[in-house]
Amino acid sequence: MARSGTAKRVTRTASVPEKIPIRLTVNGNQMELRVAPWTTLLDALRDHLDLTGTKKGCDHGQCGACTVLVDGRRISSCLTLAVMKEGAEIITIEGLARDGVLHPLQQAFIDQDAFQCGYCTSGQICSGVGLLAEGKARTPNEIRELMSGNICRCGAYPNIVAAILQAMERS
Amino acid sequence: MIPFQYARANDVADAIKQIAADPSAKFIAGGTNLIDLIKYDVEEPTRLIDISHLPLRSIEQTSTGGVLIGAMVPNTDLAYHPMIEERYPLLARAIMSGASQQLRNMASTGGNLLQRTRCFYFYDTATPCNKREPGSGCSAIDGVNRINAVLGTSQACIATHPSDMCVALAALDATVHVAGPAGARTIAFADFHRLPGNTPQRDTNLEPDEIITAIELPPKGFSANYSYLKIRDRLSYAFALVSVAAALELDGDTIKEARLALGGVAHKPWRSSAAEAALLGKRADATAFAQAADWLLHGAKGYGHNNFKIGLARRAIVRTLGQAARGMPQSLSDKKIR
Repeated sequence: MARSGTAKRVTRTASVPEKIPIRLTVNGNQMELRVAPWTTLLDALRDHLDLTGTKKGCDHGQCGACTVLVDGRRISSCLTLAVMKEGAEIITIEGLARDGVLHPLQQAFIDQDAFQCGYCTSGQICSGVGLLAEGKARTPNEIRELMSGNICRCGAYPNIVAAILQAMERS
Repeated sequence: MIPFQYARANDVADAIKQIAADPSAKFIAGGTNLIDLIKYDVEEPTRLIDISHLPLRSIEQTSTGGVLIGAMVPNTDLAYHPMIEERYPLLARAIMSGASQQLRNMASTGGNLLQRTRCFYFYDTATPCNKREPGSGCSAIDGVNRINAVLGTSQACIATHPSDMCVALAALDATVHVAGPAGARTIAFADFHRLPGNTPQRDTNLEPDEIITAIELPPKGFSANYSYLKIRDRLSYAFALVSVAAALELDGDTIKEARLALGGVAHKPWRSSAAEAALLGKRADATAFAQAADWLLHGAKGYGHNNFKIGLARRAIVRTLGQAARGMPQSLSDKKIR
């Protein structure tokens, strides 16, 4: 919750702060890392933990490429500070397969040819996994509405909807 | 992003103490707007005080039959809460009309009220903006102002408030509970956001050392006759060009009570007591709705690119009131406006 009101420039006198130690559970693994306060969860995953499956698209919460699951919910990791998620459980695209078997939605994306360039795909799949867990979407129209936070510039939308329907029917 | 310090607030009193101790600090909850603004160098806090862990996450019925919503309740939790879906569906629909599911999962109830305008020039630090840099001028008035306000504007600012949730909260006569060094107080929703006047840098009447703790809904939720209609440039995940929250209480086809609020057209959710009074005792038909629209849009003024909003709003008001009267609220997934 940002403070409202005066947006006047403040002379910046703060010294550069220390990095802060945090613990995250990422794809089931306990991770300890030290991050600057302004490090986003997206940058922590990609640059500190080498989990580059999560993509940086717009970096402003508008495209959904950075979608990951935090404590079971889909969120935009580019607008999340890593320090604020101390103790949280994070699932990224790298954590969806089990014992070498793809998550049903990953398999459905392959079966339905639900991607072209693939840049948005990990965000689409993590978002879709979140959607399935929410249990609110039942029809193609409802899937479209609740997937609107994920942009696909190749325009694979019809097949993405088909993939989510497939995973929904088989779960 | 610019460097800043980070601290966690343990409770509301601690949060107030910390913000009072550092005037260049800001609270952060969901972060969906603030982090974006920091990335664009529009906000430059030296310290973020993390209030996301404060115990303000409950949704409870009040002793008077209303509902008290903790400021840290995520937008999705609020929209999907059985009591909100059943008794205040106007609020649920408005929330689900805004942003994306990812952002609704992150954004807090209190933060939704405090999000800042999406005026292009507010975000563009290379241009003058009285809201960002008081006294520097308004680039939108003679600039690209298609998304800007047509009601309650001033010579200093024609920005709009971007929230959908707030339009429903305004229509429902919600109350904002805040706490500060001097104690707790409540602010009627209509008095929470400000018109730009000569101080567009101030969006709300919340004091810099105050924190929102809860939003209270009165008992009346208008669950039988309501609709939230949002008109935007794409069918989902876009800010409103015009949005309408309508709620009616009917006796047969006679209007006993009416609530009407607009989003996307002013610096705050736009209501008019004259427009709502004009509907009382009338038959719920297009003639009455058009009269109410005229009242609500009284004094509307376009700035060139946004002239279309006035006619669009008039038609949207008539449509939304019709949907409310028929008990057929606008669908969130079927985008056809019936």
